[in-house]
Amino acid sequence: MSLLAVHDLAVSRGGLRAVEGVSFTLNAGEALILRGPNGVGKTTLLRTIAGLQPATAGLIEMAEDAVAYAAHADGLKGALTVAENLRFWAQIFGGEVGAALAAMDLEALADRPAASLSAGQKRRTGLARLLVTGRPLWVLDEPTVSLDAASVARFGAVLRGHLAGGGAALMATHIDLGLEGARELDLTPYRARPGRAEKPAGFNEAFG
Amino acid sequence: MLALLTRDLRLATRAGGGFGLGVAFFLILCTLVPFGVGADTSALRPIAPGILWLGALLACLLSLDRIFALDHEDGSLDLLATAPLPLEGTVAIKALAHWITTGLPLIAAAPLFGLLLHLPAEAMPWLVISLLIGTPALSMLGAFGAAITVGLRRGGLLLSLLVLPLYIPTLIFGTELIRRAVASGDPTTPLVFLAGITAGVVALIPFAAAAALRVNLR
Repeated sequence: MSLLAVHDLAVSRGGLRAVEGVSFTLNAGEALILRGPNGVGKTTLLRTIAGLQPATAGLIEMAEDAVAYAAHADGLKGALTVAENLRFWAQIFGGEVGAALAAMDLEALADRPAASLSAGQKRRTGLARLLVTGRPLWVLDEPTVSLDAASVARFGAVLRGHLAGGGAALMATHIDLGLEGARELDLTPYRARPGRAEKPAGFNEAFG
Repeated sequence: MLALLTRDLRLATRAGGGFGLGVAFFLILCTLVPFGVGADTSALRPIAPGILWLGALLACLLSLDRIFALDHEDGSLDLLATAPLPLEGTVAIKALAHWITTGLPLIAAAPLFGLLLHLPAEAMPWLVISLLIGTPALSMLGAFGAAITVGLRRGGLLLSLLVLPLYIPTLIFGTELIRRAVASGDPTTPLVFLAGITAGVVALIPFAAAAALRVNLR
């Protein structure tokens, strides 16, 4: 069963089309890695699929409330402890905190205020949030930034567990997470050609 | 929903949350006025309701930009937008949290500061009632302004310019309520208008603010 189907999608950033004509499907247990040079539109595509901005053209098919999104910012509150941060998202999404803390090796840090964590520890807390959401489709934007090798391996294992459990992941990353059978999609050929769409398609594209 | 409210309240009351800043500002303002216009009762009494309402309004304005800006900076606004909460509900809850942390302390402190301005004793209950009815509208309209300016550098000043004109009706009827209650004992008309404005704002603004947030999150 496909968790996500994208048909002929075009996304824009700052009123200009970034990529267009992108189509793919993502089934349960699959991972798709977006590749391409900086600025090609990976983040914009991920934000569109996460529902944070509308698609310029094309169609995104997926179940409602299927996406857990993790971007560059971890969304942590420095004044709250690691456990409190995760417990908040657990209350919103209805998930489990203990397992997520264990999976990302955060148990020793659970009572530390998030403001006192290192960048890598913050990232691990941000990624533990994905487990707390209990959602099937993970949309990840550079999930391994500031993680050390051991943490990358640990996150790779978490990700494999998520896929084995019937989840799926769509991500932009430059690091090999050790996912067997992960497909790759290079966005370079889909880069919107300058000059083709000289005029924005409408108000929303121009000012979106 | 409740989780978001308790989180926001907890954040506001922990170190660096700015809790009590509004009341402190209110106090300073109310102490400065007698220095400016003279301390005798005849000068202060007629302007006291207006000064108290202005003080509450400006104190409320101080913490408005925190409603969404902090969540936007650390990325949790993106995550809240993808969470299974309707964005309208998020706006309403955040405005409620702002009212509890800013509006309620102001209301509790207002009678005390009324003494500083020689507000007559019979006006005190009306001061509290008018603030109790009026300040929820201030928080909600402020949340709307904060939603429009979220993500802007130096958005705080723009926020004030956007929001203060929207506060005018509440200010007019809030002060008028106190004045009429003292003068004639019958504040029904301004009371009804004040409550009506608040009810309308609380019912409609979450939708407008959520729409503004969606545009700003793109």
